[in-house]
Amino acid sequence: MEFVVHLRSAVSLLGRFPALAGVDLDVAPGEIVLVQGPNGAGKSTLLRTCAGLLPVVAGTAEVLGHDLVVDRRTVRRRVGLLGHATGLYDDLTVADNVHFWARAAGAAPADAEAAIDRAGLAGRLHDVQVARLSAGQRRRTALAVLLARRPELWLLDEPHAGLDVDGRELVDELVKGAAAAGATVLLASHDLDRATALAHRSVTISGGTIVSGAPADVAATTAATAAAAEVAHVS
Amino acid sequence: MFRDAALVAGKDLRIELRSRVGLNQVAPFALLVLVLFAFALDPDRGVLRRATPGLFWITVMLATLLAVQRSFAAESADGTRDQLRLSGLDPAGIFLGKLVGIAAELLALEVLLLGGVAILYSAHLRELQLLLPTCLAAAVGLGAAGTLYGALVAGVRGRETLLPLLLLPIVAPVLIGATSAFEAALGGADLTVAQGWRWLALLIVFALVYVGAGILAFGSLLEES
Amino acid sequence: MTSAPANPLASGSEPDQTDAAPVTERRALEGTGSRGSRIVGTLALISLAATALYGLVLSPPDANQGNAARLLYIHVPTATVAYLAFGVTAFGSAMYLWKRTEFWDLLAGASAEVGVVFTGICLLTGMLWGRPIWGVYWVWDARLTTTLLLFVLFLGYLALRRVLVGSPSRAKWSAVAGIVAAVDIPIVHYSTSWWNTLHQGTTISPQKTQMGGLMLFTLGLGFLSFLLVYWWLMIHRFRLQYLETRLDEVGLDTAIAERRAEAGRAGTSGPTAAGPELAEVR
Repeated sequence: MEFVVHLRSAVSLLGRFPALAGVDLDVAPGEIVLVQGPNGAGKSTLLRTCAGLLPVVAGTAEVLGHDLVVDRRTVRRRVGLLGHATGLYDDLTVADNVHFWARAAGAAPADAEAAIDRAGLAGRLHDVQVARLSAGQRRRTALAVLLARRPELWLLDEPHAGLDVDGRELVDELVKGAAAAGATVLLASHDLDRATALAHRSVTISGGTIVSGAPADVAATTAATAAAAEVAHVS
Repeated sequence: MFRDAALVAGKDLRIELRSRVGLNQVAPFALLVLVLFAFALDPDRGVLRRATPGLFWITVMLATLLAVQRSFAAESADGTRDQLRLSGLDPAGIFLGKLVGIAAELLALEVLLLGGVAILYSAHLRELQLLLPTCLAAAVGLGAAGTLYGALVAGVRGRETLLPLLLLPIVAPVLIGATSAFEAALGGADLTVAQGWRWLALLIVFALVYVGAGILAFGSLLEES
Repeated sequence: MTSAPANPLASGSEPDQTDAAPVTERRALEGTGSRGSRIVGTLALISLAATALYGLVLSPPDANQGNAARLLYIHVPTATVAYLAFGVTAFGSAMYLWKRTEFWDLLAGASAEVGVVFTGICLLTGMLWGRPIWGVYWVWDARLTTTLLLFVLFLGYLALRRVLVGSPSRAKWSAVAGIVAAVDIPIVHYSTSWWNTLHQGTTISPQKTQMGGLMLFTLGLGFLSFLLVYWWLMIHRFRLQYLETRLDEVGLDTAIAERRAEAGRAGTSGPTAAGPELAEVR
C-alpha cells in the first residue's frame, strides 16, 4: 500500500536541536491518526515536518509521495496545517483572508464562500476584520482557510483548543468529513477523550521518537485497522 | 509568477484599504517632515527652494522605511510566514507582489509630496515627462531593495533599527540619482534637462538590478534553513 | 592617492589560497593560535616594523607633500586590502550559496570584520592626510564617498550577522545580504562619480607624486605588511567564529541520543500510561 506519510528514522532540526530524533511512522490514505505525548515531545515538530516546513537531515521522509529530504517545497501546496498560530492577516476581514489563501492554493471563490459557510462564519462575521474576532472565531476562520484549500493531508495541532462546544463538534465533523472524502488526518491533541474518539488509532511520541504505535507495533493490527477504516468510510 | 504577484499585491493593497495606515499615518508624517525642514532651513533665504529636490527625496526615504516595516509586519505576525510558505505561491511572485504593493504606496506618496513642495516650498513643477518617470523608477528601486531587506529582517530581533542601517546605504544611489534628476527638471541648479535623463537611466538600472536580485534571492529569504 | 601597480613583494602572499592549509587542521584547535598563525604574526610584526623604519626614517619627504606623504604608506595599502577583503566577502557569500558549506560563510564573515577595520584605518589616515594637503578633512570625491558607503554597508552586514547568531538561517541570509551589498558598490561608484563631476567639477585632484625608488619600495613594504596583518587577523577571526559555532553545538549524534533519552524519563509519568491504548481501533 502507498502511504501518505512514510517516515523511517527521520531526524528533523529546530535550529540545531533534533526535535525529531528518529521517527518511524506510516499513515495510510484516509486514516485519522492521533499523535499524543507530553509537552515538548515533538508533536508540533512532527506535524511541521510533515508539512515540509522543517529540514529532514537524516532518515527517510516521504509525504504524499514527495521525498522531503530532497524537496520540501512541492508538497506544501497539498497539505494544510492548523497550528497554534492561525496564519491570518489582522487587518483583513474573514472573507478577505479565506479568499486570499484559497486563491493562492488555486481554489475557486465559490469554494472559499462554501468554506466560510461551513465554518459558521457566514452573515455578520463575514466582513469583520480578523483583529476584532475572539480567539475562538479566529480559530474558525483558520479552519475555513484550511477547508477552502482542500488539502490532501490535514495536519491539526490542538484543533480543539480555544473553541466552544459547537466549535469542537465542528472540528470533529470536518475531520470525519475530510477523511470520508479521502483526505488523511494527523492530529495532535491533549484532549484525549475527544481525540481518541475521533481517531482511528493513536501513536505516542516522546523524546522525539515514536514510543508506541510505530509501524512495527502496528503490523500486527494492520488488518484490523484497515477493516476499521473501511467501516469508517461506510459510516 | 505574475498571477501570484498580482494576488499578493492585491492582498497588500487591500490591507492598506482596510487599515488606512498609509493614508492616516504615513502621508501626514511625510508632510510633517516637509514642514520640519522648513523650520530648520529658514524659508526666507531661498535655501529651501534650492534644497527642495534633496528634501523631497529624504522624505521619501523615511517614508520607505515605514512602508517596508509596515508591509512585513503583516507577514511576520501570527504564523502568516509559515502560511505563505505553505501556500504554494512562487517566491518570485511573492517578491514581485510585495514590491508592487510598496512601490504603489510610494508612488502615491510621491505625487502627494509633489503637491506639498509646490505649495509649501513654491517649487515650479516643470518637465513632468522627466519628473514622473523619475518618481516611478525610484519607487520601484526603493520598493525592490526595501522588499529584499524587509524580508531579511522580518524575523529577527531589533528589526526596527536594523532595517535603516541596512537599507539606507544601499539606496544611496537612488537618493543621489533622483535628487539630481529633480534638480535637472526643476531648474535652479547647474544641471540641464539632458543630464537629468542620464540620472533617470541610473535609477532604472538600480531598479532592474534589485528586481532581478529579489527574484533570484527571495526564495532563500522565505526559508528558515 | 592612486593605488600602486601590482607589487612583486605583495603578489606572492595572496592570502585566501594559502590560509586554507592551517584551517583544515582546525578540529584539533584549542585556541585560535597555532604554529602557522604565530609565524604569520611574527612576519607581520617584522614587516610592520620595517615599514615604520622605512616610512618614517629612511624614505625622504615628498617634494610637494612633505612629511604628510608618509601617511600614504599606510593609507594606500589599507585601502587596497580593504577592497580585497570585501571582494573575499562577496566571493565567499556567492560560494556559500553555491556549495552550502560552513567554510565559505565563516570566510565571508571574518573577511568583512577585518575589512571594516581596514576601511576605518584607511578613512582615518585619508582624513589626516587631506587636512594638510587639501586643507579639509573630507571632500565629496567619488572614491571617498564610495569608500565611506562601503564602510557603512559592511557595518550593516556585520550587524545582521550579529543579530542572526544562533539562527539556522544565519549563513544563508548573511550570504544574500553580502551579495546584495556587493552588487551596490559599482552602482554607488558610478552615481557618486557622476554626481561629483556634475556638481562640483573635478575636485582638488591629488598632486601627482613622483615616486622615487625608495618610496616605491616603502610602499611595497606597506602592502606586504598589511596583507600579512590581514592574513593573520583572518586566521584568528575565522578560527574564533568556527569555535563560537562549535561552542553550543554538540555533535548531531549526541544530540539525537540525548533527545531520545528524554522519552525514557518522561515515560514513567505520561505516555506509557497510554500504552495499552496503542493502535486503538475505534
